[in-house]
Amino acid sequence: MEIPYTVAERPDTGVNNVKLGIWLFLASEVMLFGGLFSTYVILRLGGTDWPLGSDILSVPIGTFNTAVLIGSSVTMVMAHASLKMNQFDQFKKYMGLTVLLALVFLTVKSYEYFDKISHGDLPSATTFLAIYWTMTALHGLHIIGGVVVNGYFWGPGSKMFHSRPEMFANRVEAAGLYWHFVDLVWIFLFPVLYLL
Amino acid sequence: MSGSHDDTQHHISAYRKVAGALAVLTVVTVLASYIEVGVALGIVLALIIATTKGSLVASVFMHLKDEKSLWLTGTLILTVVFWFVLMLIPIMGRMDHVGTYKPLPNANAVAHEAH
Repeated sequence: MEIPYTVAERPDTGVNNVKLGIWLFLASEVMLFGGLFSTYVILRLGGTDWPLGSDILSVPIGTFNTAVLIGSSVTMVMAHASLKMNQFDQFKKYMGLTVLLALVFLTVKSYEYFDKISHGDLPSATTFLAIYWTMTALHGLHIIGGVVVNGYFWGPGSKMFHSRPEMFANRVEAAGLYWHFVDLVWIFLFPVLYLL
Repeated sequence: MSGSHDDTQHHISAYRKVAGALAVLTVVTVLASYIEVGVALGIVLALIIATTKGSLVASVFMHLKDEKSLWLTGTLILTVVFWFVLMLIPIMGRMDHVGTYKPLPNANAVAHEAH
């Protein structure tokens, strides 16, 4: 049986179900991360003193990772635009770059984590480190999820382009919306944890 | 495919501009953090820049500026409203003077002194 409105717009909502579904999911994600940002504010206002992020974390490494993640967002929109223009080879190139940049981000983040562990800067050490580990690890899990989904669309999942190009483009758009959201969360995490 | 080739080319041109703006704003965020303006103003500055970057990503990369579905925009407006409620909780907590204020026990703990 054909699943309805995966490509065509639903007359009542004005969008296809893929798009509405991913946005509802992202709305729940906003509340998930929102709860943690709210917790950060409570902890920071509740503490008598708060360390400067740049005294504990490396700003150059954080800036580099921010640039990497923004770069991956750009390659993601280009991957979707390539599909819209029927350029499958270009899609493969841009989607491959998106996954590669995500892996660079994870490698750099792992280096930061190992450095923190080796210095005994575990979540149990201070309130700042507790919220740092919680927020960045949750974000890191989202990056891993994105790598799995984008990797699938770059590899075996891309076969769908040859049979159902519009449906495939919609799937990539949904994966892209998720990926931009993950980038958006980092845009706030970086100054909040590294700079302030 | 929905959307013409010209539409997509127009989008790509917008993506390039936003990519440049995001790169510049990232550098500005880092440079702004070195300006001695005090903690409160520093936080406001950093959040203004982050919100500008976030708006660019949401409106152009996530295509929200072209979104016309009331269901979708309605869902997002509701999300934003509840997000502000979440952010108000700590502020309301600070304004509540009932009881005795107690600082968090380990907020001043120095790193390396694991409990």
